[in-house]
Amino acid sequence: MSKWIPLWLHKLSSPPTFYRFAGALRPWLLALALLTGAIALYGGLVLAPADYQQGDAYRIIFIHVPSAWMSLFIYGVMGFAAFVALVWRIKLAEVVAMESAPIGAAFTFITLVTGSLWGKPMWGTWWTWDARLTSELVLLFLYLGVIGLYHAFEDRRQGARAAAFLALIGIINVPIVHFSVNWWNTLHQGSTIRLLGPSTIAPGMLWPLLTMMLATKFYYLASLFGRVRTDLLDLESGKDWVRTIATGSTLQ
Amino acid sequence: MNPTRKRRLIVVLLVVAAATVAVGLGVFALQQNMNYLFTPSQVQSGAASSHKTFRLGGMVKAGSIQRSKTSLLATFTVVDADGAMPVEYTGILPDLFRDNQSVIATGHMDNAHFVATEVLAKHDETYMPKELKDAMAKAHKDKPMPEGSDAGGSP
Repeated sequence: MSKWIPLWLHKLSSPPTFYRFAGALRPWLLALALLTGAIALYGGLVLAPADYQQGDAYRIIFIHVPSAWMSLFIYGVMGFAAFVALVWRIKLAEVVAMESAPIGAAFTFITLVTGSLWGKPMWGTWWTWDARLTSELVLLFLYLGVIGLYHAFEDRRQGARAAAFLALIGIINVPIVHFSVNWWNTLHQGSTIRLLGPSTIAPGMLWPLLTMMLATKFYYLASLFGRVRTDLLDLESGKDWVRTIATGSTLQ
Repeated sequence: MNPTRKRRLIVVLLVVAAATVAVGLGVFALQQNMNYLFTPSQVQSGAASSHKTFRLGGMVKAGSIQRSKTSLLATFTVVDADGAMPVEYTGILPDLFRDNQSVIATGHMDNAHFVATEVLAKHDETYMPKELKDAMAKAHKDKPMPEGSDAGGSP
Protein backbone atom coordinates (compact mmCIF):
# COMPACT_ATOMS: atom_id res chain seq x y z
CA MET A 1 0.00 0.00 0.00
CA SER A 2 2.93 2.36 0.70
CA LYS A 3 3.51 2.42 -3.03
CA TRP A 4 0.09 3.93 -3.56
CA ILE A 5 -0.17 6.61 -0.92
CA PRO A 6 2.44 8.95 0.56
CA LEU A 7 4.00 7.90 3.82
CA TRP A 8 2.59 10.81 5.86
CA LEU A 9 -0.91 9.91 4.76
CA HIS A 10 -0.28 6.32 5.72
CA LYS A 11 0.88 7.48 9.16
CA LEU A 12 -2.07 9.84 9.54
CA SER A 13 -4.51 6.99 8.95
CA SER A 14 -3.35 5.21 12.11
CA PRO A 15 -5.95 5.81 14.84
CA PRO A 16 -3.67 7.31 17.57
CA THR A 17 -2.02 9.73 15.13
CA PHE A 18 -5.35 10.85 13.69
CA TYR A 19 -6.81 11.17 17.19
CA ARG A 20 -4.08 13.67 18.12
CA PHE A 21 -4.16 15.43 14.73
CA ALA A 22 -7.95 15.91 14.84
CA GLY A 23 -7.84 17.00 18.48
CA ALA A 24 -5.26 19.69 17.73
CA LEU A 25 -7.11 21.02 14.68
CA ARG A 26 -10.66 20.87 15.96
CA PRO A 27 -10.76 24.07 18.12
CA TRP A 28 -9.31 26.09 15.24
CA LEU A 29 -11.81 24.69 12.76
CA LEU A 30 -14.66 25.43 15.13
CA ALA A 31 -13.43 29.00 15.68
CA LEU A 32 -13.09 29.52 11.91
CA ALA A 33 -16.59 28.14 11.36
CA LEU A 34 -18.10 30.49 13.94
CA LEU A 35 -16.17 33.49 12.60
CA THR A 36 -16.92 32.95 8.91
CA GLY A 37 -20.50 31.97 9.77
CA ALA A 38 -21.05 35.21 11.69
CA ILE A 39 -19.55 37.31 8.88
CA ALA A 40 -21.65 35.49 6.29
CA LEU A 41 -24.87 35.93 8.29
CA TYR A 42 -24.20 39.64 8.83
CA GLY A 43 -23.33 40.06 5.15
CA GLY A 44 -26.35 38.09 3.99
CA LEU A 45 -29.01 39.38 6.35
CA VAL A 46 -27.86 43.00 6.81
CA LEU A 47 -25.42 44.16 4.12
CA ALA A 48 -26.74 42.39 1.02
CA PRO A 49 -29.36 44.33 -0.95
CA ALA A 50 -32.94 43.09 -1.32
CA ASP A 51 -33.77 41.16 -4.48
CA TYR A 52 -35.63 42.88 -7.34
CA GLN A 53 -38.35 40.22 -7.45
CA GLN A 54 -38.53 38.56 -4.05
CA GLY A 55 -37.57 41.44 -1.75
CA ASP A 56 -36.15 40.15 1.52
CA ALA A 57 -37.57 36.65 1.19
CA TYR A 58 -34.65 35.56 -0.99
CA ARG A 59 -32.31 35.80 2.04
CA ILE A 60 -33.09 32.18 2.86
CA ILE A 61 -30.57 31.26 0.13
CA PHE A 62 -27.78 32.10 2.57
CA ILE A 63 -28.85 29.04 4.57
CA HIS A 64 -30.56 26.92 1.91
CA VAL A 65 -27.91 26.95 -0.82
CA PRO A 66 -24.82 26.30 1.37
CA SER A 67 -26.73 23.48 3.11
CA ALA A 68 -27.66 21.97 -0.25
CA TRP A 69 -24.05 22.14 -1.41
CA MET A 70 -22.95 20.47 1.81
CA SER A 71 -25.55 17.73 1.46
CA LEU A 72 -23.90 16.75 -1.83
CA PHE A 73 -20.31 17.47 -0.78
CA ILE A 74 -20.58 15.34 2.37
CA TYR A 75 -22.13 12.53 0.35
CA GLY A 76 -19.13 12.72 -1.97
CA VAL A 77 -16.73 12.49 0.97
CA MET A 78 -18.75 9.65 2.50
CA GLY A 79 -18.84 7.75 -0.81
CA PHE A 80 -15.10 8.14 -1.33
CA ALA A 81 -14.31 7.07 2.25
CA ALA A 82 -16.68 4.11 1.81
CA PHE A 83 -14.83 3.10 -1.35
CA VAL A 84 -11.45 3.23 0.44
CA ALA A 85 -12.95 1.33 3.38
CA LEU A 86 -14.30 -1.43 1.13
CA VAL A 87 -11.15 -1.97 -0.91
CA TRP A 88 -8.36 -1.31 1.60
CA ARG A 89 -10.25 -2.01 4.85
CA ILE A 90 -8.73 1.05 6.51
CA LYS A 91 -10.42 1.54 9.87
CA LEU A 92 -10.19 5.32 9.73
CA ALA A 93 -11.95 5.40 6.34
CA GLU A 94 -14.83 3.36 7.77
CA VAL A 95 -15.16 5.72 10.70
CA VAL A 96 -15.01 8.84 8.49
CA ALA A 97 -17.70 7.43 6.19
CA MET A 98 -20.02 6.39 9.03
CA GLU A 99 -19.59 9.60 11.02
CA SER A 100 -20.19 11.78 7.94
CA ALA A 101 -23.66 10.34 7.45
CA PRO A 102 -25.48 12.05 10.38
CA ILE A 103 -23.90 15.44 9.52
CA GLY A 104 -24.88 15.05 5.88
CA ALA A 105 -28.39 13.99 6.87
CA ALA A 106 -28.73 17.12 9.02
CA PHE A 107 -27.66 19.39 6.14
CA THR A 108 -30.07 17.61 3.78
CA PHE A 109 -32.89 18.05 6.28
CA ILE A 110 -32.11 21.78 6.63
CA THR A 111 -32.10 22.09 2.84
CA LEU A 112 -35.51 20.45 2.52
CA VAL A 113 -37.09 22.45 5.37
CA THR A 114 -35.77 25.87 4.30
CA GLY A 115 -36.70 25.16 0.68
CA SER A 116 -40.19 24.24 1.75
CA LEU A 117 -40.59 27.38 3.88
CA TRP A 118 -39.50 29.50 0.92
CA GLY A 119 -41.55 27.54 -1.60
CA LYS A 120 -44.91 28.21 0.00
CA PRO A 121 -44.98 32.01 -0.48
CA MET A 122 -42.88 32.12 -3.66
CA TRP A 123 -44.02 29.12 -5.67
CA GLY A 124 -47.36 28.67 -3.99
CA THR A 125 -46.71 25.19 -2.56
CA TRP A 126 -44.75 23.56 0.29
CA TRP A 127 -43.80 20.54 -1.75
CA THR A 128 -44.02 19.25 -5.28
CA TRP A 129 -42.66 16.07 -6.81
CA ASP A 130 -40.30 17.64 -9.27
CA ALA A 131 -36.97 16.00 -10.08
CA ARG A 132 -34.80 18.26 -7.89
CA LEU A 133 -36.96 18.02 -4.79
CA THR A 134 -37.54 14.29 -5.17
CA SER A 135 -33.86 13.44 -5.71
CA GLU A 136 -32.89 15.55 -2.67
CA LEU A 137 -35.45 13.60 -0.62
CA VAL A 138 -33.94 10.36 -1.91
CA LEU A 139 -30.57 11.70 -0.72
CA LEU A 140 -31.99 12.11 2.79
CA PHE A 141 -33.31 8.53 2.71
CA LEU A 142 -29.89 7.28 1.55
CA TYR A 143 -28.22 9.01 4.50
CA LEU A 144 -30.82 7.56 6.89
CA GLY A 145 -30.36 4.13 5.29
CA VAL A 146 -26.59 4.29 5.83
CA ILE A 147 -27.06 5.33 9.48
CA GLY A 148 -29.67 2.61 10.07
CA LEU A 149 -27.71 -0.16 8.38
CA TYR A 150 -24.55 0.74 10.31
CA HIS A 151 -26.35 0.39 13.62
CA ALA A 152 -28.26 -2.76 12.65
CA PHE A 153 -25.20 -5.00 13.07
CA GLU A 154 -23.86 -6.37 16.31
CA ASP A 155 -20.30 -6.14 15.01
CA ARG A 156 -19.53 -2.51 14.20
CA ARG A 157 -16.93 -3.16 11.52
CA GLN A 158 -19.25 -5.57 9.74
CA GLY A 159 -22.00 -2.93 9.96
CA ALA A 160 -19.64 -0.32 8.58
CA ARG A 161 -18.82 -2.53 5.59
CA ALA A 162 -22.48 -3.17 4.76
CA ALA A 163 -23.36 0.51 5.15
CA ALA A 164 -20.29 1.52 3.11
CA PHE A 165 -21.68 -0.54 0.25
CA LEU A 166 -25.00 1.31 0.40
CA ALA A 167 -23.17 4.65 0.63
CA LEU A 168 -21.09 3.79 -2.43
CA ILE A 169 -24.05 2.66 -4.55
CA GLY A 170 -26.04 5.74 -3.49
CA ILE A 171 -23.39 8.07 -4.88
CA ILE A 172 -25.13 7.66 -8.24
CA ASN A 173 -27.81 9.97 -6.84
CA VAL A 174 -25.35 12.88 -6.39
CA PRO A 175 -25.03 13.81 -10.08
CA ILE A 176 -28.78 13.21 -10.46
CA VAL A 177 -29.50 15.84 -7.77
CA HIS A 178 -27.03 18.25 -9.30
CA PHE A 179 -28.11 17.94 -12.92
CA SER A 180 -31.84 17.35 -12.32
CA VAL A 181 -32.61 21.00 -13.11
CA ASN A 182 -30.88 20.68 -16.49
CA TRP A 183 -32.11 17.24 -17.47
CA TRP A 184 -35.78 17.75 -16.73
CA ASN A 185 -38.32 20.57 -16.68
CA THR A 186 -38.46 21.29 -12.98
CA LEU A 187 -40.21 23.83 -10.81
CA HIS A 188 -36.90 24.39 -9.04
CA GLN A 189 -34.78 27.03 -10.74
CA GLY A 190 -31.48 26.21 -12.44
CA SER A 191 -28.02 26.77 -10.97
CA THR A 192 -27.18 30.38 -10.14
CA ILE A 193 -23.52 29.83 -9.33
CA ARG A 194 -21.70 28.34 -12.26
CA LEU A 195 -18.12 27.19 -12.34
CA LEU A 196 -18.07 27.65 -16.11
CA GLY A 197 -19.55 30.87 -17.38
CA PRO A 198 -20.91 33.88 -15.50
CA SER A 199 -23.01 33.48 -12.35
CA THR A 200 -26.40 35.18 -12.35
CA ILE A 201 -26.17 36.82 -8.96
CA ALA A 202 -25.11 40.33 -7.95
CA PRO A 203 -21.62 40.48 -6.29
CA GLY A 204 -23.11 41.99 -3.10
CA MET A 205 -25.18 38.84 -2.67
CA LEU A 206 -22.50 36.43 -3.85
CA TRP A 207 -19.79 37.04 -1.28
CA PRO A 208 -21.94 36.23 1.81
CA LEU A 209 -23.05 33.06 0.03
CA LEU A 210 -19.47 31.95 -0.64
CA THR A 211 -18.44 32.90 2.91
CA MET A 212 -21.26 30.76 4.27
CA MET A 213 -20.06 27.93 2.05
CA LEU A 214 -16.64 28.19 3.76
CA ALA A 215 -18.29 28.30 7.20
CA THR A 216 -20.27 25.11 6.53
CA LYS A 217 -17.11 23.35 5.31
CA PHE A 218 -15.24 24.32 8.51
CA TYR A 219 -18.21 23.26 10.61
CA TYR A 220 -18.36 19.90 8.86
CA LEU A 221 -14.66 19.22 9.48
CA ALA A 222 -14.87 20.31 13.13
CA SER A 223 -17.96 18.20 13.72
CA LEU A 224 -16.54 15.21 11.84
CA PHE A 225 -13.23 15.33 13.74
CA GLY A 226 -15.03 15.35 17.08
CA ARG A 227 -17.21 12.40 16.09
CA VAL A 228 -14.30 10.44 14.64
CA ARG A 229 -12.25 10.92 17.83
CA THR A 230 -15.04 9.56 20.00
CA ASP A 231 -15.56 6.64 17.65
CA LEU A 232 -11.86 5.79 17.52
CA LEU A 233 -11.65 5.67 21.33
CA ASP A 234 -14.63 3.34 21.35
CA LEU A 235 -13.38 1.05 18.57
CA GLU A 236 -9.84 0.83 19.92
CA SER A 237 -10.84 0.58 23.57
CA GLY A 238 -8.58 -2.41 24.24
CA LYS A 239 -5.48 -0.81 22.78
CA ASP A 240 -2.54 0.65 24.66
CA TRP A 241 -2.87 4.19 23.34
CA VAL A 242 -6.47 4.42 24.50
CA ARG A 243 -5.54 3.01 27.90
CA THR A 244 -2.86 5.67 28.20
CA ILE A 245 -5.43 8.39 27.54
CA ALA A 246 -8.03 6.80 29.80
CA THR A 247 -5.67 6.49 32.75
CA GLY A 248 -4.88 10.17 32.52
CA SER A 249 -1.26 10.12 31.43
CA THR A 250 -0.65 12.50 28.55
CA LEU A 251 -0.20 10.97 25.15
CA GLN A 252 0.86 14.24 23.59
CA MET B 1 -1.53 -3.85 -4.66
CA ASN B 2 -1.95 -7.35 -3.30
CA PRO B 3 -4.32 -9.83 -5.01
CA THR B 4 -7.03 -9.62 -2.29
CA ARG B 5 -7.29 -5.85 -2.57
CA LYS B 6 -7.21 -6.06 -6.34
CA ARG B 7 -10.09 -8.53 -6.28
CA ARG B 8 -12.09 -6.32 -3.90
CA LEU B 9 -11.39 -3.28 -6.08
CA ILE B 10 -12.66 -5.08 -9.17
CA VAL B 11 -15.78 -6.36 -7.40
CA VAL B 12 -16.61 -2.92 -5.98
CA LEU B 13 -16.08 -1.19 -9.33
CA LEU B 14 -18.21 -3.79 -11.13
CA VAL B 15 -21.06 -3.40 -8.65
CA VAL B 16 -20.96 0.40 -8.94
CA ALA B 17 -20.83 0.20 -12.74
CA ALA B 18 -23.77 -2.22 -12.81
CA ALA B 19 -25.81 -0.02 -10.47
CA THR B 20 -25.01 3.06 -12.58
CA VAL B 21 -26.20 1.32 -15.73
CA ALA B 22 -29.38 0.13 -13.95
CA VAL B 23 -30.21 3.59 -12.62
CA GLY B 24 -29.25 5.19 -15.94
CA LEU B 25 -31.65 2.93 -17.85
CA GLY B 26 -34.38 3.54 -15.28
CA VAL B 27 -33.97 7.31 -15.51
CA PHE B 28 -33.89 7.12 -19.30
CA ALA B 29 -37.12 5.10 -19.30
CA LEU B 30 -38.74 7.59 -16.94
CA GLN B 31 -37.68 10.54 -19.08
CA GLN B 32 -41.15 11.12 -20.47
CA ASN B 33 -42.99 10.72 -17.17
CA MET B 34 -40.47 12.83 -15.33
CA ASN B 35 -40.98 15.79 -17.59
CA TYR B 36 -42.70 18.03 -15.17
CA LEU B 37 -44.72 20.11 -17.61
CA PHE B 38 -45.94 20.72 -21.14
CA THR B 39 -45.61 24.07 -22.90
CA PRO B 40 -48.59 25.65 -24.74
CA SER B 41 -47.13 24.76 -28.16
CA GLN B 42 -46.62 21.15 -27.05
CA VAL B 43 -50.25 21.03 -25.90
CA GLN B 44 -51.45 22.48 -29.19
CA SER B 45 -49.45 19.91 -31.15
CA GLY B 46 -51.20 17.18 -29.14
CA ALA B 47 -48.30 16.04 -26.95
CA ALA B 48 -50.48 16.18 -23.83
CA SER B 49 -53.58 14.63 -25.38
CA SER B 50 -53.05 11.27 -23.62
CA HIS B 51 -53.13 12.95 -20.19
CA LYS B 52 -56.37 13.91 -18.55
CA THR B 53 -54.64 16.08 -15.97
CA PHE B 54 -51.27 17.62 -16.70
CA ARG B 55 -49.09 20.62 -15.95
CA LEU B 56 -48.92 23.57 -18.29
CA GLY B 57 -45.81 25.75 -18.11
CA GLY B 58 -44.95 29.06 -19.73
CA MET B 59 -44.98 32.79 -19.23
CA VAL B 60 -47.96 34.93 -18.28
CA LYS B 61 -48.68 37.13 -21.29
CA ALA B 62 -48.29 40.80 -20.34
CA GLY B 63 -51.65 42.48 -19.90
CA SER B 64 -53.64 39.25 -20.10
CA ILE B 65 -54.45 38.93 -16.37
CA GLN B 66 -58.09 39.62 -15.57
CA ARG B 67 -59.45 39.19 -12.07
CA SER B 68 -63.13 38.88 -11.25
CA LYS B 69 -64.45 41.60 -8.94
CA THR B 70 -66.80 39.27 -7.08
CA SER B 71 -64.82 36.02 -6.75
CA LEU B 72 -61.28 34.61 -6.77
CA LEU B 73 -61.61 33.75 -10.45
CA ALA B 74 -58.65 34.90 -12.55
CA THR B 75 -58.09 34.41 -16.25
CA PHE B 76 -54.80 34.88 -18.06
CA THR B 77 -52.92 33.60 -21.09
CA VAL B 78 -49.84 31.39 -20.80
CA VAL B 79 -47.44 31.66 -23.73
CA ASP B 80 -44.19 30.13 -24.89
CA ALA B 81 -42.03 30.96 -27.92
CA ASP B 82 -44.69 29.86 -30.43
CA GLY B 83 -47.93 29.02 -28.67
CA ALA B 84 -50.55 30.55 -26.39
CA MET B 85 -53.13 28.99 -24.07
CA PRO B 86 -55.95 30.75 -22.18
CA VAL B 87 -56.14 29.63 -18.54
CA GLU B 88 -58.77 30.11 -15.88
CA TYR B 89 -58.14 29.59 -12.19
CA THR B 90 -60.12 30.10 -8.99
CA GLY B 91 -57.96 30.52 -5.90
CA ILE B 92 -55.07 32.41 -4.34
CA LEU B 93 -52.19 33.14 -6.68
CA PRO B 94 -48.57 33.05 -5.36
CA ASP B 95 -46.54 36.21 -4.57
CA LEU B 96 -44.45 36.03 -7.71
CA PHE B 97 -47.47 35.80 -10.04
CA ARG B 98 -47.59 38.74 -12.46
CA ASP B 99 -47.06 39.73 -16.10
CA ASN B 100 -44.15 37.95 -17.81
CA GLN B 101 -43.69 35.55 -14.87
CA SER B 102 -42.97 31.88 -15.56
CA VAL B 103 -45.81 29.83 -14.11
CA ILE B 104 -46.83 26.19 -13.89
CA ALA B 105 -50.54 25.44 -13.84
CA THR B 106 -51.97 22.01 -12.99
CA GLY B 107 -55.35 21.16 -14.46
CA HIS B 108 -57.16 19.87 -17.51
CA MET B 109 -58.34 21.03 -20.91
CA ASP B 110 -61.91 22.23 -21.30
CA ASN B 111 -62.46 22.65 -25.06
CA ALA B 112 -59.87 25.21 -26.11
CA HIS B 113 -58.92 26.58 -22.71
CA PHE B 114 -57.13 25.19 -19.68
CA VAL B 115 -58.87 24.98 -16.30
CA ALA B 116 -56.25 25.10 -13.53
CA THR B 117 -56.65 23.63 -10.06
CA GLU B 118 -53.26 24.92 -8.88
CA VAL B 119 -50.99 27.69 -10.14
CA LEU B 120 -47.31 27.77 -9.13
CA ALA B 121 -44.87 30.56 -9.95
CA LYS B 122 -41.52 29.34 -11.23
CA HIS B 123 -38.65 31.36 -9.88
CA ASP B 124 -35.63 32.00 -12.07
CA GLU B 125 -31.99 31.74 -11.02
CA THR B 126 -31.21 35.48 -11.28
CA TYR B 127 -30.63 37.44 -8.09
CA MET B 128 -29.95 41.17 -8.20
CA PRO B 129 -30.80 44.35 -6.30
CA LYS B 130 -33.76 46.41 -7.50
CA GLU B 131 -31.54 49.42 -8.38
CA LEU B 132 -29.44 47.28 -10.71
CA LYS B 133 -32.54 45.88 -12.37
CA ASP B 134 -33.91 49.41 -12.90
CA ALA B 135 -30.60 50.56 -14.36
CA MET B 136 -30.57 47.60 -16.73
CA ALA B 137 -34.15 48.23 -17.77
CA LYS B 138 -33.21 51.85 -18.49
CA ALA B 139 -30.34 50.76 -20.71
CA HIS B 140 -32.77 48.58 -22.69
CA LYS B 141 -35.54 51.18 -22.76
CA ASP B 142 -36.86 50.26 -26.19
CA LYS B 143 -36.71 46.53 -25.38
CA PRO B 144 -38.06 45.82 -21.88
CA MET B 145 -36.28 43.00 -20.05
CA PRO B 146 -38.30 39.83 -19.48
CA GLU B 147 -38.78 38.97 -15.79
CA GLY B 148 -37.60 35.39 -16.15
CA SER B 149 -34.19 34.69 -17.60
CA ASP B 150 -35.44 31.33 -18.86
CA ALA B 151 -38.21 33.07 -20.75
CA GLY B 152 -36.57 32.99 -24.14
CA GLY B 153 -37.96 35.67 -26.43
CA SER B 154 -40.58 37.98 -25.01
CA PRO B 155 -44.06 37.22 -26.36
